[in-house]
Amino acid sequence: MTSHILIRSLDRDARFFLIAVAAIATVVPVLNLGLPESSPFHVPTYLVALFGKYICYALLALSIDLIWGYCGILSLGHGAFFALGGYAMGMYLMRQIGARGVYADPILPDFMVFLNWKSLPAYWYGFQHFAYASLMVVLVPGALAFVFGWFAFRSRVTGVYFSIITQALTYALMLGFFRNDFGFGGNNGLTDFKDILGFNVQAVATRNVLFSISCITLILSFLVCRAIVTSKFGKVLIAIRDAEGRARFLGYRVESYKVLVFTLSACIAGIAGALYVPQVGIINPSEFAPSNSIEAVIWVAVGGRGTLTGAAIGAFLVNYAKTYFTSGALAPYWLFMLGGLFIGVTLFLPRGIVGSLHHWAGLRRDRISAAAEDGVTAPPPDPQPAE
Amino acid sequence: MKIQERLTQAENRLMEVFNRTLIYMENVSVSFDGFKALNNLSFSVEPGEMRAIIGPNGAGKTTMMDVITGKTKPDTGAIIFDAIHDLARLDETEIAALGVGRKFQKPTVFESHTVFDNLELALKADRRARASLWWQETPDEHRAIDEILEITRLTRLQNRLAGRLSHGQKQWLEIGMLLAQDPKLLLVDEPVAGMTDTETRQTAELLKEINRGHTVVVVEHDMTFVRELGVKVTCLHEGSVLAEGTIDQVSQNERVVEVYLGR
Repeated sequence: MTSHILIRSLDRDARFFLIAVAAIATVVPVLNLGLPESSPFHVPTYLVALFGKYICYALLALSIDLIWGYCGILSLGHGAFFALGGYAMGMYLMRQIGARGVYADPILPDFMVFLNWKSLPAYWYGFQHFAYASLMVVLVPGALAFVFGWFAFRSRVTGVYFSIITQALTYALMLGFFRNDFGFGGNNGLTDFKDILGFNVQAVATRNVLFSISCITLILSFLVCRAIVTSKFGKVLIAIRDAEGRARFLGYRVESYKVLVFTLSACIAGIAGALYVPQVGIINPSEFAPSNSIEAVIWVAVGGRGTLTGAAIGAFLVNYAKTYFTSGALAPYWLFMLGGLFIGVTLFLPRGIVGSLHHWAGLRRDRISAAAEDGVTAPPPDPQPAE
Repeated sequence: MKIQERLTQAENRLMEVFNRTLIYMENVSVSFDGFKALNNLSFSVEPGEMRAIIGPNGAGKTTMMDVITGKTKPDTGAIIFDAIHDLARLDETEIAALGVGRKFQKPTVFESHTVFDNLELALKADRRARASLWWQETPDEHRAIDEILEITRLTRLQNRLAGRLSHGQKQWLEIGMLLAQDPKLLLVDEPVAGMTDTETRQTAELLKEINRGHTVVVVEHDMTFVRELGVKVTCLHEGSVLAEGTIDQVSQNERVVEVYLGR
């Protein structure tokens, strides 16, 4: 049964995408570690970290596409789940510093010593264990999404109203995490990480492993998302996106479907954040900024909503452009470019890159099949619509 | 003691009434901002019956469907389905699960799904999220969908996206979805709006065929179509029943003529 689901869910695009990601996952570390720095094919370590960051963004984009592209839920606060996952991982990394911090306290992270805290707050307990922290990476964003979604979807909050309250959610969290007495390092956030599972976070080998793990996670998440969207569950999601009322009158409990997919999406976003933090070396409240979440939505729009592959490709392309343009003379104009890109895509490429490719292929197929149908029997006359 | 007996008797009489009806509405009122869309409407349909509802614009036909399907809650009155279910307390999903299917006035199909997938989504099955996640089509289910495709003459178009169907084809697909749902009661809102004469005739035949296994309530403006159906007609006006009977009785009713032609 599982194999059946896998086969059904993998079309040509998906296979191509998986092969590409798997190739990147092996080739980049090989070119980084295996070749001397003098070689023209050597990939510098900073690029490994940069690509690792992009892969995490692709994972975030995937999670947004799952709810926006397939179920029509536009979350403008998905960065919140990403950041919560990141903080959970950051807390583990902070506890690993131990006595090597500036104040050399074996238990308390530096910022707590600085704030004159005498003991570890209860919500920091357990984070010295990697397994516990990993659980929290999924559980905290998932639980928040479940509760938030349960209230929002049960009250039938949809469309732009939902988008606005998700913005409020991430903004509120940002304000909270900025406060020192919240216990997450205030505006400095969590940083100065030393090691992860005993390996030095800064080491070249660790960076390569983290990169490969990110790629593997992207592959696995992609497979899960594909299996979901090609199942009947996925068809119901699309049905809800297209005609929510009709789905209700067919007897589908729309809110259950929405809560479930929203929670899953938040979990994926949390994992993306957790992989992001050790590679970037810091997590601070600015990750909760509403603009981050909006940017992530733009990646999906550029790549193509409702395609999964498009979301990941969009995240990669837009972020590559961001890195490229913000490091040159055009740096001050990046936000204008991003805005222009969004408007341009909305006006001229509303289906995004991958979505447009699908659409054109679909049109050609339709023409062929329509011609075949017309050849067999004349189609019923096309009556005028009533209204 | 006597009071107790009387109560039981009254209850039994009421149950008898309920048992003879599939849908029983009594004194149902709904108002929107002071406008009475339904005004003490009492209406009932027997199991296996087909009923046509006519009435001028604003008579409350669509509101009546909304109230039965749970889209709108009644302000007052009782709606009893299948003798035991109080529909006023339930929401759309629960009412649909009890076996009430609805076709909308404007054809509403899932445009980015194929015709086949539309029927598959409508097919009677466990609607819960977890069940759909692991759902696999059985040969029986495939056959059931093929049969419906045949009945609705959509076999050749089964792989076409529903959004690319003509208006008439969408109407038929939606009727097909109702069939797939296999409800006890079908509410069909203006099924022939925008159809050609041939299609209208075919639709009347289709509904008659469906009526062999299901109770059907049809709302329609098209008098030729209603005549074609040849069933009991209820005429609504200003939110309550104005006349009930055969199409000839109703169309000769003075008040009905007055309402339709103006005084």
